[in-house]
Amino acid sequence: MTALIVVSLTLVALAGTTVVAADAPERQAVTLSFFGLTLTALFLVFQAPDVALSQVAVGAAVVPLMVLLAIRTMRADRAKHKGEHRGRGGEGRSWRGPAALTALPGGRRPQDEDGT
Amino acid sequence: MSRRARFLVFVAGAGCVAAMLALAFFRMPAFGGTAHLYRDLAVPAAVAHRTANVVSSVNFDQRGLDTFGEESILLASVIGAAVLLRPAREETERTPSEAGRTLESTKLAGYLLLPVTLIVGFDVVVHGHVTPGGGFQGGVVLATGLHLLYVAGSYRTLDKMRPMGLYDSGEALGAWAFGALGLAGIAAAGAFLANIIPGGSFGQLLSAGTVPVLNIAVGLEVACGTVVLLANFLQQDIVVTAGRRREEQGE
Repeated sequence: MTALIVVSLTLVALAGTTVVAADAPERQAVTLSFFGLTLTALFLVFQAPDVALSQVAVGAAVVPLMVLLAIRTMRADRAKHKGEHRGRGGEGRSWRGPAALTALPGGRRPQDEDGT
Repeated sequence: MSRRARFLVFVAGAGCVAAMLALAFFRMPAFGGTAHLYRDLAVPAAVAHRTANVVSSVNFDQRGLDTFGEESILLASVIGAAVLLRPAREETERTPSEAGRTLESTKLAGYLLLPVTLIVGFDVVVHGHVTPGGGFQGGVVLATGLHLLYVAGSYRTLDKMRPMGLYDSGEALGAWAFGALGLAGIAAAGAFLANIIPGGSFGQLLSAGTVPVLNIAVGLEVACGTVVLLANFLQQDIVVTAGRRREEQGE
């Protein structure tokens, strides 16, 4: 049992470090999904099947999917705004929404690149 | 805020968190010990209310108010995302094309797993008070299972099977049912979310009083809420064209 705990804790630590070390938000979304799976294994080893179920559904599926969709929405928005008046950048509704969602560790906010 | 100021704020915050974690960790009982104060109190309380899954008893009976707060947070965040992601004035909706390829094996796996996932989801919701699981877990399984339609089929298929009005009402109904049952507890027993339904026989489907009813309410709210949340993101991504009207560009 102790060996299982050590193995799953090490996996969680490795996967978590990978998420933080990933340089692009979309890479973080994919590694976050894997991190969710290792956490699920950890919760199972700790005999918490209820938490493991929530973790596998939310942490491994829904959250990475939402991060990816938010990144796509932001990319499309950025492509649209390119070549337009810079001063208008902060005005659109879609600039405020996804910016909050991509404020992940390592995630760059669109303002940083706009120079505003 | 400059990079340096941001870093200083981060160091101050991280230092406080580290100090408090250290304080907490050094006062914790040893890992894997036999002394579990909370277990000694929670298990008899769960058994007294004929709830086989003690975790469900803690979530929906002993600490039902906490779960009510969590469900309200979910409701609020779904509403917030829907407000932020609604098509803006300068954006137009278009009919999504059927473009994009799906591997035959993906289609097969998706359509085979769709009914299985939905049945598992319902099972997890309904048996939350007997076996591991409950409304939240089952609700998320149901909502993600529905999106196999998008993975295996197309956005149009998903859109047809997903009348948004119905899911909007489902989410509201789930949240309302949770609150109403809580108020019924006040009326009947003088405490919010008091377990007012007879316990039934231990370990059976009809047991644990209000716990399975609350599980179903939460399952409804979480499933509908997650579908609405993902639908808003998908719609923003697929349906909405980010096209500005010409007259607005000329300002």
